[in-house]
Amino acid sequence: MNCTDFLAKLTDYFDGQMDPDLLADVKAHLGTCHHCEVVVDTTRKTIEVYRGSRMYECPEELAERMRAAVMKRCFETGRLPDIEIKAKKPAAR
Amino acid sequence: MAAQPSSIVDEPTNGASAAEVPAEIHPDVALVERAKAGDSAAFEVLIKQYERQIFRTALHITQNREDAEDITQDVFFKAYQKLDQFQGNSKFSTWLVRIAVNESLMRLRKRKTSKTVSMDQDVETSEGSIPRDFAEWRPNPEQNFSQTELAEILRKTIAGLPPGFRTVFTLRDIENLSTEETAEALGLSVPAVKSRLLRARLQLRERLSRYFRKAPEDSRDAMRQLK
Repeated sequence: MNCTDFLAKLTDYFDGQMDPDLLADVKAHLGTCHHCEVVVDTTRKTIEVYRGSRMYECPEELAERMRAAVMKRCFETGRLPDIEIKAKKPAAR
Repeated sequence: MAAQPSSIVDEPTNGASAAEVPAEIHPDVALVERAKAGDSAAFEVLIKQYERQIFRTALHITQNREDAEDITQDVFFKAYQKLDQFQGNSKFSTWLVRIAVNESLMRLRKRKTSKTVSMDQDVETSEGSIPRDFAEWRPNPEQNFSQTELAEILRKTIAGLPPGFRTVFTLRDIENLSTEETAEALGLSVPAVKSRLLRARLQLRERLSRYFRKAPEDSRDAMRQLK
């Protein structure tokens, strides 16, 4: 296996979708090729750092606001009868 | 050929055979049935379960918080309107993600009126398909930056990817969808997802290497350029 062959299998390697013979070839290549070893290590770290990041959190307040807006729009279609009942209660006071 | 999904009917796609459809009925299916019958609480439960995932997906694709808020609302409202089209052939979450991707790409198209924005945009370039940077990274390189700095580095780095790559990476590696679910959500074949995922990962790796490599001078220079 050369570096190009290895690269073609990189996604399957990360996803653990390799038959044992191919996996043995990949591991043998990694044992002898420092460049590919670095690519594997740093690509794995790339995935980990994005997966572990909290760059795009959705605060509860925002989630509640969006949810309320959606439910209001759904109610306005008139297809959610029990929302209609709940919504009419305040008006009846 | 446009690979962007145009329908939100959850038909099995991309060569998925009936054998790949889970035999067990997902709890969401019961909630969907109740929502179809007018049970608002059931639909609200579905929103609560997936609103954050949809928001993050839209934000990753559009890179704009206001757009992501609008899209999240539109996704759930459209899903509500089209509930009858959901037949349980795919996960409800995958169906929602598919709508979210369509809405997000549409929003990008509106923003960039002179450019076509689709899952196919820029994916034919050879950039980033072959590793060029073989520098080792520091151990736990993210710890060299504050949370704010790291978030900015990650945001700017992923924003530089073409939308087609960014979307595949977001669904597969950040939102942890399977390769098959990602293919289904994007209307792509499994090999196409794998190919784009590889290139997205490699391009991000190359770009992050500027900040995370062992030579500290280089990463400081990169931070100065970021600012």
